[in-house]
Amino acid sequence: MGIVSSGFFGRGRRDDPALPPGQHLTDGFPVLSAGPTPRITPEEWEFTITTETGQVHRWSWTEFLALQQDDVSRDIHCVTSWSKLGTSWRGVSLDTLFESVESDCEFTMAHSYGGYTTNVPLDDLLDGKAWIAHEFDGEALEPAHGGPARLLVPHLYFWKSAKWVRGLEMLRQDEPGFWESNGYHMYGDPWREERYW
Amino acid sequence: MRTGWRVAEVIGVTPETRTARTLRLRLPGLTGHRAGQHVDVRLTAPDGYTAVRSYSVASALPGDEFDLTVEELADGEVSPYLVHQVAVGDQLEVRGPVGGWFVWDPADPSPVQLIAGGSGVVPLMAMLRAHAAADPASPGAAAPFRLLYSVRAPDAVYYGGELDDLARSPLADVSVVYTRQAPAGSGRPPRRLDAATLVESVLPAADNPAVFVCGATAFVESVADWLVQAGHSPDRIKTERYGGTGTRP
Amino acid sequence: MTDNLDDLDYLDGNAAAGPLSEFFAIDVVSARGRCASCGRIDALATARLYPNSHGLLLRCPGCAEILMRLVDTGDSVCLDLHGLSFIELRRG
Repeated sequence: MGIVSSGFFGRGRRDDPALPPGQHLTDGFPVLSAGPTPRITPEEWEFTITTETGQVHRWSWTEFLALQQDDVSRDIHCVTSWSKLGTSWRGVSLDTLFESVESDCEFTMAHSYGGYTTNVPLDDLLDGKAWIAHEFDGEALEPAHGGPARLLVPHLYFWKSAKWVRGLEMLRQDEPGFWESNGYHMYGDPWREERYW
Repeated sequence: MRTGWRVAEVIGVTPETRTARTLRLRLPGLTGHRAGQHVDVRLTAPDGYTAVRSYSVASALPGDEFDLTVEELADGEVSPYLVHQVAVGDQLEVRGPVGGWFVWDPADPSPVQLIAGGSGVVPLMAMLRAHAAADPASPGAAAPFRLLYSVRAPDAVYYGGELDDLARSPLADVSVVYTRQAPAGSGRPPRRLDAATLVESVLPAADNPAVFVCGATAFVESVADWLVQAGHSPDRIKTERYGGTGTRP
Repeated sequence: MTDNLDDLDYLDGNAAAGPLSEFFAIDVVSARGRCASCGRIDALATARLYPNSHGLLLRCPGCAEILMRLVDTGDSVCLDLHGLSFIELRRG
């Protein structure tokens, strides 16, 4: 550890039982910008699940909105150490999307408009743990935050909740996504501080 | 160039405005630096949390001392500490000075146009100071220097007295555009910098000046576009965005 | 937020000089690099740097593809260069 700057504590860091280790609360919703924001209209948006046999399950924006919608409130934790408690989302549960999908794979890769990828085990997407969210705080999800729709996997670090998501690819073996291939943790549990491998 | 984190000592603090101050640091082993470079500053909290930010060097001193001018950002994490808490005798971890691109070279005889938006004046001040201190025999010492400084209000101006002195000297032309509040009695209302004002204030494209632009990202984008439209070669325009979405000029 | 200002959330590649100084003995941001995607050749200092992310990303100012990706985990720092097909240094 370097020289400790007396009187420097970082922004708003304090112990809170709702916060995983090393996290601090934010009232805002920081945008981590890794590149130009993709501008995807609902008309061109689609979501797919591609199985190991090459079968593609496809939903247009209209079909997606016709599915059962869940309203969920969850804490989210960004690996850059901010957390936001009780965020409100509306979207479609992955359980709903996977109802018609036949696959023996245990792993998935989320793909986004703009090229971003992140890997998530299938078990972490099912049983009410993950959604494709299109509203935040009662409003359409802004492009800067991943709109029209993003993956929402709130029990993992937020980089797993891929912005501008366009599909899931079923994988037999776990593979690293965009940040995972350069040092980020393959799983990313904030309570075990799985930031990096 | 030395790499890695080293420990510098704060040997002086000077307020510039209500929200900005200049820290003079001593970094043992440093033997000067190039005008326009920056340093990364790393702060470590007692629990091991660290935060790193980059700050431009404002000075052009030959030895192991240099100045950083830091503007306090409203939602900043590091800048409030540097502006309000750090005191003479404190130690800071720094990396640099680094960056060999956005620098003025005294061996370059080209005329120089500097364009600053707000606190973007800091690395440009280093260039003005390096030019003023340049060996008269160096090709750049006699190069025409001109600064266009876009700033919110008179009380937001950095290095005001020194810029006034420079403006009266043969070393540089200085023009200031006040965007929100003009000086009392100036007779000129505040105005935003626009393409026409820019073109009439800067060295003409025909002189093929080396142009350095520093400010918020939106400011730099607009200014660079206007310069190119006015015939300046993109190859002659070097930019340093200091981040923040800010406002356009 | 309905404007495009979020698309201005980048700096110049020059600002990556500090972190990259851990890898290169020279000031690599002044070197020219070739984008592996579109072939553009320019100083790395002119690339778009996205520092406000999970790591440091340098993107080509021409095609926006990634030139460099740097992840600092504290114990290690990883530099991914697969977006650059060469780096050229000028001597002297």
